Amino acid sequence: MNEKEYTEYVEKRAKKSPILKNCLFAFLFGGGICTLGQGFFHLYTYLGLEETDARTLVSITLIFIASLLTGLGVFDNIAKIAGAGTLVPITGFSNAVSSQAIDTKSEGYVLGVGAKIFTIAGPVILYGTFTGVIYGVIYYIATLIWG
Amino acid sequence: MKKDIIKLKRTPKITSTYSVVGHLEKEGPLGEFFDEYSHDDKFGKDSWEKAESEMQKRALSGALKKSGFIDTEIDTLLAGDLLNQCVGSNYGLSSFDTGYLGLYGACSTCSEGLLIGSCLYGGGIVNNCAVVTSSHYCSSERQFRFPLEYGGQRTPTAQWTTTGAGAFILSENGRVEISEVMIGKVIDKGIKDISNMGAAMAPAAINTLKRFFLESEHSPDFFDLIVTGDLGYEGSEILKELLLSEGIDIRKNHVDCGLMVFDREGQDVHAGGSGCGCSAVVMASDIVPNLECGILKNVLFLGTGALMSPMSLSQGGSIPAVAHLVRLSSLVK
Repeated sequence: MNEKEYTEYVEKRAKKSPILKNCLFAFLFGGGICTLGQGFFHLYTYLGLEETDARTLVSITLIFIASLLTGLGVFDNIAKIAGAGTLVPITGFSNAVSSQAIDTKSEGYVLGVGAKIFTIAGPVILYGTFTGVIYGVIYYIATLIWG
Repeated sequence: MKKDIIKLKRTPKITSTYSVVGHLEKEGPLGEFFDEYSHDDKFGKDSWEKAESEMQKRALSGALKKSGFIDTEIDTLLAGDLLNQCVGSNYGLSSFDTGYLGLYGACSTCSEGLLIGSCLYGGGIVNNCAVVTSSHYCSSERQFRFPLEYGGQRTPTAQWTTTGAGAFILSENGRVEISEVMIGKVIDKGIKDISNMGAAMAPAAINTLKRFFLESEHSPDFFDLIVTGDLGYEGSEILKELLLSEGIDIRKNHVDCGLMVFDREGQDVHAGGSGCGCSAVVMASDIVPNLECGILKNVLFLGTGALMSPMSLSQGGSIPAVAHLVRLSSLVK
């Protein structure tokens, strides 16, 4: 059996992740988190905040909750079931940063936490910023042409 | 013709074994047989890496105590783990006044240590030596995968690194003899999925077993058990299926330490245990004691190791693997 045949044989026989179940839970948990965010939004506007401020505060709240649950060691247990449901919203980003911070604490605050905190979230930050710049340039040129 | 099986004229005996495990292993099917465990997986230390070193230290201390030797009577220590530069062993064993050889064979390190130790003894170079290997779920996750609290999902073929250390003392005294060994070859069948290490390692085990049975006077049926290190469910199935297609049937007597150390379904470890602590603690707590009391007579032990690094995988590399074989026989009539 050559490499290609073996790789195909292995892929064919490996038990697959339950995609339908994972999708359903991702939908339910992800939807739940978004609904929770919407609830916070209503709460903040009810308390008299401007809509833009309320939106920012919703993100901050969700980041805080995800970080807190990560610190308490609960987040990964939820994510095991929720999958993309907790990964895709801002909660996944928060967990990627805070879990790395907890892990690297043993190497100190400079060479550990400071240097490695964005190891997982780094690509999102870099390419997110990069995409923002490109979008900005396109937007600038478009406004020059079409006013 | 070149012979691959190394037949030892002067055969070492396993004088004592000692196993130290974490809480999940203690709760597993072999829980009652381990010599020592810690409910706190940090073993009283402030980092996972130091915890792993502590396990090695306790494992060797325990094995020495059982054997009646003191550290200065041991000629050579053969030790290894999964951490970069084998720091688990380097730091854990620095307090012992003994010659030290650090080994890296990934999860095959336990069999590699027993193999080298047996050859050193067999060649008359040492009289007493010790083999210690360990792995720790938390230090391995950090090095090879994601932070511990990272919220991700595992695939069904993923394995769970065993938290544990096993130590073996080899000398002229003992009821279990190592009579033959065979050095594994690095086999790479192009598997790149770090979540399917069993499939990456199975071809190495197949290679070693095929070479062994081609040369050996014994058939697979002669052995009470053929023990693989940590192929897990997926790798074990591949091993048995592909060997059968080559005319070697080990379905009746094959066991895998990765499948023995945990209750795969009940403990949610997916395809089973892994790590160089996995085979070490299973051999030290279950297989060798059963040979010592004569329940088992002849056993083949194959430690299986996946030899990649996170960097080689990031660069698109596949996972090479190796499997070293050690033949153990009971001297109890």
